[in-house]
Order: sequence, then C-alpha cells, then structure tokens
Amino acid sequence: MTIMFWVIAIITLGSALMMVMNRNIFHSALFMIVTFIGVAATYLMLQADFMAAVQVLVYGGAIAIFVVFGIMLTQRGDMKQSNLFSKHAPLAAIVALALIVINGVMVLKTNWAVSNAAPPTETVGPIAELMLQKYVIPFEVAAILLLVALIGAVIIAKEVKKTS
Amino acid sequence: MIGLQHFLIFSGTLFCIGLFGALAKRNAIAILMGLELMLNAVNINLVAFSRYITTGDFTGQVFAIFVIAVAAAEVAVGLALIVAIYRDRISVNVEDFDWLKW
Repeated sequence: MTIMFWVIAIITLGSALMMVMNRNIFHSALFMIVTFIGVAATYLMLQADFMAAVQVLVYGGAIAIFVVFGIMLTQRGDMKQSNLFSKHAPLAAIVALALIVINGVMVLKTNWAVSNAAPPTETVGPIAELMLQKYVIPFEVAAILLLVALIGAVIIAKEVKKTS
Repeated sequence: MIGLQHFLIFSGTLFCIGLFGALAKRNAIAILMGLELMLNAVNINLVAFSRYITTGDFTGQVFAIFVIAVAAAEVAVGLALIVAIYRDRISVNVEDFDWLKW
C-alpha cells in the first residue's frame, strides 16, 4: 500500500509536471492521459472502483480525444514551439509554489476527524441509490446541462450564417 | 501507513501544477488542460474525504461524478469556442485575444 502510493504519486505528479513543462502540445496531451490514468489508480487506492472506471472512460477516453481533436483542428506551423510560456510564467511559478507550501502546512496542522469504520466493499449499488433518490434533481440538471453543452458546442463551432 | 493527509497533499500539489499550467501558458488548449488537472485534484479530495472521514457514505463520490459531468461539458464548449476563435484570427495564443480588453 505504502510503496504503491508513492509509485502512483510520483508517476502522476511527474507526468503532470512534464505536461506543463513540455514545449510540444501534442506531447503535453499524451502526458495528460498518463496523469488521468494515475488519478484513476489513486481512486483504486481509495477503494472507489466505480470512480476509477468513470475516470478512465471519461477522462482517459473522451476528454483526451477532445483535446487531441482541438490540437489537430487549430495547430499551424512548428509543432515543437506550440506550447510556450507566456510572459508571466515566473509570477505563476511563485504563486503555485507558495500554494503548495501553504496547502501542505495547513493539511498537516489540521486535526482531521478520521473515522475508523472499515471501507465499504460494494460501491456501485449505494452510488446508484444516492443518485436516483437523494440527488435525483442534480442528476437531471446534469443531464440537461450536458444536452445544452452539446447543442451549444455544435452551434458555436458551426458558425450559424444568416440566410436572409 | 498512508492516511488522509498524504492524499490531500498529493491532490493539492496536483492542483498547483494545474494552476501553474493555466496561468503560465500561451496556448488556449494548454490552459484548458491545466483546468482539467485542477478539476481532477478536486475530485481526488472529494473521494478521499468520502473514504476517510464519512466512510460508508457515498455523497463525496456522487459529487465527484457531477464534477466530471460539468468538466466534460466545459471542455466541449471551451474547445468549440477555441476552434471558432481560431477560424477568425488564425491563432490560439491567448495574448492575441484582445476583444474584451479595455
């Protein structure tokens, strides 16, 4: 468990860092997929097997393909110079490093009320019950949101022209 | 022994890497990728809390699924906007996007 955690954490954070630092945006997209799979492995370590499956399907599959399509539809010119830093990169690095330190200190200082109960063995059934009973309205709202986003994305990308 | 703190520090570091990517990149698609990393870090937090603090209650995982749905909608609309802007300007460099500047 301990060794697995460190291996997964190093692979995930390392590929996330490579994704941010790479100058070629297509390599960045490939490292992003490795990061998403690493996050799915983290879910497995947290005994959330359904979440891991959703992560691999939605992030490792759908969103990665979306991003690759976006790169292919927009990129012109030199691919090796397609993902450069802007002029405020040093300031962003300072902010990010400060936030890492602040977050670490606060997490270690807080007294977490960790429960001692054994982790549940089955996850899919209880999640389904919660989604279709207690959270049925957010569930339907999410469905409408996905429909609206689908139609909106098609209309924005298609550029509706006036016929008159 | 690996506990809640390890997962929280891990997800916080992932969030900050995503934040750095979103703040420091020039390509609009790279900024979207940084946002996805930040949303993933938030999901790890939700699942870790549901595992260690409210064990047996799956509300955290249900909310993580809602976050994934919203993130999918966001990336679809964001990429459609980037493609539409690219057709207009032949560029995905956010420093060239100056319509909303004062």
